[in-house]
Parts: sequence; structure tokens; C-alpha cells
Amino acid sequence: MSTIAPRRIRVLPILAWGYIAWSLVPVLIAVAYSFNDGRSRTMWQGFSFRWWFGDPNASVFRDESMRQAIVNSLVLATATMLIVAPLGIALAVGSHRMRGKLSSGVQGLTSIPLITPEIVVGAALLLTITRLFSGIPLGFPAQLLGNITFSISAVVVIVRARLVSIGSGFEEAARDLGATRMQALRYVLMPMLWPSVMASLVVVFATVIDDFVITSFLSAGVDSETVPLRIYSSVRGGATPALNALATLLVATTFAALTIALFALSHWRKRHGEPGGIRAALADITRMGE
Amino acid sequence: MRRNTRIWNGLAAPGAAWLLTFFAVPFYAVACVAFGSIDPVFRDAIPQWNPLQWDFTQAQDVLASALNGPLQGVFIRTFIFVIAAMMICFLIGFPIAYFLARHAGKRRLLLLTLIIMPFWVNYLMRMLSWVNLLSPSGLFSRLMSNFGINYNWLDGSPITVVLGLVYGYVPFLILPLYATLERMDWRLVEAARDLGASSRQAFRLITVPTAKAGVAAAAILIALPMFGDYYTNDLLSRSPKTEMLGNQIDFYINNSSQPQRGAILVMMLSVLLLIALSWYLRSTARVGKEQVR
Repeated sequence: MSTIAPRRIRVLPILAWGYIAWSLVPVLIAVAYSFNDGRSRTMWQGFSFRWWFGDPNASVFRDESMRQAIVNSLVLATATMLIVAPLGIALAVGSHRMRGKLSSGVQGLTSIPLITPEIVVGAALLLTITRLFSGIPLGFPAQLLGNITFSISAVVVIVRARLVSIGSGFEEAARDLGATRMQALRYVLMPMLWPSVMASLVVVFATVIDDFVITSFLSAGVDSETVPLRIYSSVRGGATPALNALATLLVATTFAALTIALFALSHWRKRHGEPGGIRAALADITRMGE
Repeated sequence: MRRNTRIWNGLAAPGAAWLLTFFAVPFYAVACVAFGSIDPVFRDAIPQWNPLQWDFTQAQDVLASALNGPLQGVFIRTFIFVIAAMMICFLIGFPIAYFLARHAGKRRLLLLTLIIMPFWVNYLMRMLSWVNLLSPSGLFSRLMSNFGINYNWLDGSPITVVLGLVYGYVPFLILPLYATLERMDWRLVEAARDLGASSRQAFRLITVPTAKAGVAAAAILIALPMFGDYYTNDLLSRSPKTEMLGNQIDFYINNSSQPQRGAILVMMLSVLLLIALSWYLRSTARVGKEQVR
């Protein structure tokens, strides 16, 4: 078979680099302006850390309400991650092995949230919580509940992809060697699921810390304001560069979490003799393996 | 045999129960509010939990208003904005995904990382960046006024809103497109070329049909959230001139005392999405059958 190299199209690399510049440069400019010495988010007046920690009241680390928003975001993302991971992993393993009608029902139930726009979930939960489950107060409890609901499916997708690639051979081998089903699950399957567990944890953390719609629908005023809500409410006002600093902090947090997970995942793969390295890890956390 | 199914059911039960309670029930609750009644004194919506007593008069009102009343403009605008944004997303996204999957070569990991990056930059941060650039004193506006273009980008401009949607959603299109194109069996294209097809013919006859299902999935993946988007519009325009369906829902549910109208609009949005989705499922099923043949 002769191999015909795919024809090089000269415009494509230019387009790709152009796209990268277009998608990242505006963000980098916004980051740069968080170091502006003046009050403006658009006119450069020299470099300073004024809006990071210089200004005693209005800088991001000293403004009480901004600090509160950062804490709220971190608490919400961490709490959601810790609750949704066991729930989602168990659901993925269980529904992967179930057979029959019940199984397809559960699979449908877990895949619908993936394609439902957030505004529908947010509005539906708000109407339900204010009218049916009125014992649940709006604010942190409702936000936690909403984010859990919206992120279970992501965990299920990630873990299920891993289950498919593992197959059932290892567990059957363990059963043949005398392990009970629970033992095979605990000592054979669980350790092999580890990369998908790690990937789901970081994906949920990053999704929730970035979430705007659901968190906003279910918020209860300033006390439950997270960083994205704060950005939304101040962007069009006369906010100072401290807002850019706050947004930069949010992006930096997400990237830090993702980078740690990326290296941990590729390290795990190397140690366990699985091929792929960083690229496979990248695929794990971007859900490209679907 | 009986015992081991119990293990799997037991494992799936908590998560499934959670989704039933907090995902399926709320959908029902939306219907109950939409088809419920309105408190005559406080004007607040009272849900009707019994489907036999659902009252559809309000829903008919809203539907009439959407078909040829005050809401018509909002619906038409939503469709135009989403379709325009989708087309531009494809014009940008497809060549890039194709390049990444086929030609990127040694630099692929670097390119992939850079192209994935905006995917993980907070959406509101990306909008904030453009609000800064487009505001009258912003870098972009100043640059444009050097060329004699003085345009208020942030005051109800449909161009800004559509481009904002493109900027916001194109990363979510590129990734699934790339995944589809990367998984494709490119030997088929080589075979077509060996057999004398021109590269354009090979693209039209092989690449397009094999990638169709993945491309449709990617399109659905960004179209659905775009139909419900309200924050892009709010941040970049905040004007009734560019209002979309999502803005109406946000307004009625969050900022008004008429959540019933909001609930009806949520129902209408869900129905629209169901239609889009079933169309997608049908077309992928058909593609699957054709490939088997």
C-alpha cells in the first residue's frame, strides 16, 4: 500500500496559531490589568500589586466580600467533589454491571443531565426547592445540592470509560482464585479505577468552582456569593482591577488543580506500565475518551 | 446469581435515587408550576401537583405570544443568534480540529494543550476580558477608532452578542470534533486517493460521511447550552434589543413575581431541545446502519 501523505494546507497552521492567540491574548491582557496601578481596568497606569494586596480595603486579599467569595467557592467545590465522587463511582460500577430494563433506565437517567442546559436544571431546582422541598434553604445547602446533581453524570462518564477499557477479565481471574465478589471489587477493580477517580475529582472541582448558572439560581444573596457570581455582578459596573485579580485567582486555582492531576495521572500510568503519558492524562481530564 | 445482581443494584441505588429526587422530580415540578394556578392576591404561582387538574390557559397564552405576539421576536432572535454563532463556530472549529488531528505532527501535544486551555479558563473571566477590551476606553475600541470606526460594542449590539457566543463556545466544539477526526480511519481516505479520487473528492465522499455522526454530536453539544444562554447576553449587551429566550427565563424566574411564565418558557425550551435531540439520535442511528451496510 502506498502512503499518500495528507496534503499540507498552508492556511491551517496560521489559522490554528491565530485561534490560539485570539482565544488566549484577551485573557492575558485581563490578567495583566490586575497589576494596573490606576483604578481603571482599561487604561494602563504602571505596574503595582495595589489590587492584589497593596490597597488596605479594596485589594483582593483584603476586601472582606471578595475574601468571602473565594472561601465560598473553595468550600462549595471541595464539598461537592467529596460527596459526588463516591456517589458517582458507585453508580458507574453498579450501572455498568446491571442487566435488563432497569439498567437502561438508570443509564438514561445518568445521561440526560449531560445534555440538559444548566438554565433548565437551575430553574427546575429553584422552583422545586422553593415549593416542594422547602426544608432546604437557598444558599450553600441548595447550591451544594444543585452542583452535586449536575456533576454526578460527569463522574459516571469518566469512570464508565475506564471500566470499559479494563474489561471483566481481571475480576474473573480473582474470582477463579477464590475471591468473593466484594473482595474482587475491593482489591482488584478499585485500585485499577484509580486514574478515573482522580480525573473525576479534579473535573468536578474545576466544573463547580467555575459554575455560574446553577450556583446563581440557588444563591441567597451576598452570603452565598461565589467568585463567578461576584464577577458577573461587577463586570459591567465601575469595578477596579481587583476584579481582574479575583478572576485571575479563579483561573489560577483551576489550572493548578488540573496541572497537579495531569502530572499525578501520567505518573500513575508510568508506574503501572500503562502507555500514553501526558496525552492520555489530558484525554482523561477533558473527557475526550468518551 | 441472585446475590450478585443485588450488589450492583445496591451500588447504583444511592446515585440513581439522588438523580430521581433532584433531577427527575424537579422536571415534574416545572410542569406543575407551569400548568398550575396563580394566587389572586400575591400573584405568586401555586403548583398543581395533580396532572388531572392541570390548567393550560396560561401556557396557551405564552405559546400564542411566541407564535405571533410580543415573544415572537425573542424566539426568532434566539434561533438566528444560535444558528449564526454555530456556523461561525464551525468555520473556525472544523479546520482547527482537522489540522490538529491530521497535520500537527511533532508539535501536536503543545498545540493540543494550548487549544484546550480556553476550555478551562472560566467562562466569565473570558467574557470579562472582552468587556474590558470592548468598553469605550478599552484597547479594542481605541484600536478601532484609530481606523475611524467608532462603535459602541457593548450597547445592545447583535454582532457583539453573536461573536461573544462564538468566543465562549468554540472551545467546546473543537474538542469533540478533534476526538471524532482523530478516531477516524484515515486509511479509507488513502485508499480513495490510491484509487484515483482527488483530495477534494476524498474529503467529500469519505471524510464527511464518516465524520458526520461525531460532527452532529459536537453541534448538539454546543447548540443546547447556547439556546439556554443568558449570561453572555447580559454581560456583553444587557439590552432588550438583543434579548434571548434564556434572558426571559432568567427574568421571570429570578427577577419577577411571575415564575409561572418562567416555568412555561422552561417547558418550551425543553421541548425544543427534545426535538433537536431526537433528530440527532435518528440521524446517528441512520449513519450507524449505513456504516454496517
